[in-house]
Amino acid sequence: MATFTKLTSRYVVLDRNDVDTDQIIPARFLKVTTKEGLERHLFADWRWDEAGLPREGFPLDAEEARGAAILVAGDNFGCGSSREHAPWALLSFGFRAIVARSFADIFCANALKNGLVPVVVDAEMHAAILASRASEPRASLTVDLAAEEVTLEGATAQRFSVDPFARHCLLSGLDELGYLLSHEKEIAAHEAARRT
Amino acid sequence: MNAAKAAKTESEDLHPSSKTMLDRVFSEHLVAQGPGAPPMLYVDLHLLHEVTSPQAFAGLRARGLRVRRPDRTVATMDHSIPTNRASFPTSTAGPVTLANLTLDDAARAQLRQLEDNCREFGVELHALGGEHQGIVHVIGPELGLTQPGMTIVCGDSHTSTHGAFGALAFGIGTSEVENVLATQCLLATKPRAMEIRVDGFLGRGVTAKDLVLAIIAEIGVGGGTGHVLEFTGDAVRSLDMEARMTVCNMSIEAGARAGMIAPDDVTFQYLARRERAPKGAAWDEALHRWRALPSDPEARFDRRVQIDASRIEPMITYGTHPGMGIGVTGVVPDASMLSSAEQAAHARALEYMGLRPGERLLGKKIDVVFIGSCTNSRIADLRAAARVLDGRRVAAGVRTLIVPGSMAVKRQAEAEGLDRIFEDAGAEWRNPGCSMCIAMNGDQLRPGEWSVSTSNRNFEGRQGKGGRTFLASPLTAAAAAVTGCITDVRGLL
Repeated sequence: MATFTKLTSRYVVLDRNDVDTDQIIPARFLKVTTKEGLERHLFADWRWDEAGLPREGFPLDAEEARGAAILVAGDNFGCGSSREHAPWALLSFGFRAIVARSFADIFCANALKNGLVPVVVDAEMHAAILASRASEPRASLTVDLAAEEVTLEGATAQRFSVDPFARHCLLSGLDELGYLLSHEKEIAAHEAARRT
Repeated sequence: MNAAKAAKTESEDLHPSSKTMLDRVFSEHLVAQGPGAPPMLYVDLHLLHEVTSPQAFAGLRARGLRVRRPDRTVATMDHSIPTNRASFPTSTAGPVTLANLTLDDAARAQLRQLEDNCREFGVELHALGGEHQGIVHVIGPELGLTQPGMTIVCGDSHTSTHGAFGALAFGIGTSEVENVLATQCLLATKPRAMEIRVDGFLGRGVTAKDLVLAIIAEIGVGGGTGHVLEFTGDAVRSLDMEARMTVCNMSIEAGARAGMIAPDDVTFQYLARRERAPKGAAWDEALHRWRALPSDPEARFDRRVQIDASRIEPMITYGTHPGMGIGVTGVVPDASMLSSAEQAAHARALEYMGLRPGERLLGKKIDVVFIGSCTNSRIADLRAAARVLDGRRVAAGVRTLIVPGSMAVKRQAEAEGLDRIFEDAGAEWRNPGCSMCIAMNGDQLRPGEWSVSTSNRNFEGRQGKGGRTFLASPLTAAAAAVTGCITDVRGLL
């Protein structure tokens, strides 16, 4: 079971809105039957050129991005398909939190189930994070899930919120399927009442 | 608590028991609501395909769990399968199997995994070669599996399609696929309700696809986030079931969890003939329940949007998300009205598409036409395409793929002679599957190519790395096939 409490890390800025799941991992890489090994395909068409070399200027392979566990993006991150391969690819690359102005619903749910924390910040905080990165390439962010606070190094914290149950699962290591299975009696009662 | 009370609308206070269709379906499926946990919702129908299910079955196996309700679980092969007939064995070579198909190793392994999983866990599978195989969101309705008032999930965002029947249907990730396989339930915070009321009627040559592209252009690709869209109004009522499915299918492209349309006689007539729909006394009983589903007239929606159908013209997208749509006679917008972040996105989209602000799209040369996908691959879509292609020829140099949504659609089209119309026109008539909508199976654009596609996403590289997609209706796509450029189909009808 994925867990998450608090993370301080440098961050990668992908200052784009509506980053869709086809960019996060193009569909041609979905012919797999496991969750592992998807990091090579993360942002594949933005990241690699025709020769398979890193494209200049794409932030994932910048020197200061090395080891960063937080990705910062714009509005509506993760729109498009329901593929859980998107959070799997982000996680296997090394990301543990995504900071954005908003998220698409299915991506947000998929991310939380895998311990990738979606952090919504307002426009002001978002601008501060980008500005800080411009002046200090090694600036860091702290994502504290227990306190539901995100802090830009040397600045004030901002509150964020995630689904309370998902948060509880990540903090305590509670297994969601285990929780569902523990309601066998209620499930059976529902089925009996509706003759389904 | 006080805030919630304050947010109540006047109509809710006057009619405290008024319910939306979403309220009804959601509460009817509530299994449990533990303290500190989201509602636990029962799933009536769970649809599976090869791409988003293998890791879920692996999870079951690792925990020693079974599929709780195999009788409520139906699988098909659609995403990674070939659709070109040359990849299939000749009819004298016996039945289609994974062994005698031309297929890459990864796709074969994934499809074989689905076969093995369905066999091991006792799940009904519509495999390649089967008479009901097809795109998951085409076969559910056509078999009569999709019914009003149901909860329906699938590891596929276009599950919203099934909402056309008044079902609550939404896409889920693979972790939730595993949860539903094991428990027939998932945790679901209740979405907000948004009414999209479409008054008036669609004009000649303007289809459900144009309507939904206009809606997404209006509310934006994130406009529906956190909501279920309920489509109402005369223009929606006047659509047949296939057209309603097209509208609900693309609800997700506005970011919505689901789309819904209240069931009515059009719905019931569609279902009455279906193999898996209730029969006899069960039908009468179901009809009674289904008639009680529609939202109350005074029901409270969290947001309402009103659209005038008569102002919509055939739509086409110009950018790299489905919200970047305009009337086909319009010009590519310039970014001066947008915020600076949106301006950058707009500029990047136009650069990718090779377009300039202020440019007219009419007359823009294209390379490929794709007619298919869970949005527009049903018999009415193919009839619409045939209406334009009949007696005409596909323009020189334009590759035109016509991909039926299912084996049943394929048989029906062939019975009506549509395949002959397509092939006589110079289009490729293919076997059912997702094909070039998602471009996992080798059906793809080459870098730089432009296509007019009836599918649902124009994201960068969606139809093949470097490919550039104009989304449009089957009529507009067929018109582009004939002229070799973006065309106002109304001149060809």
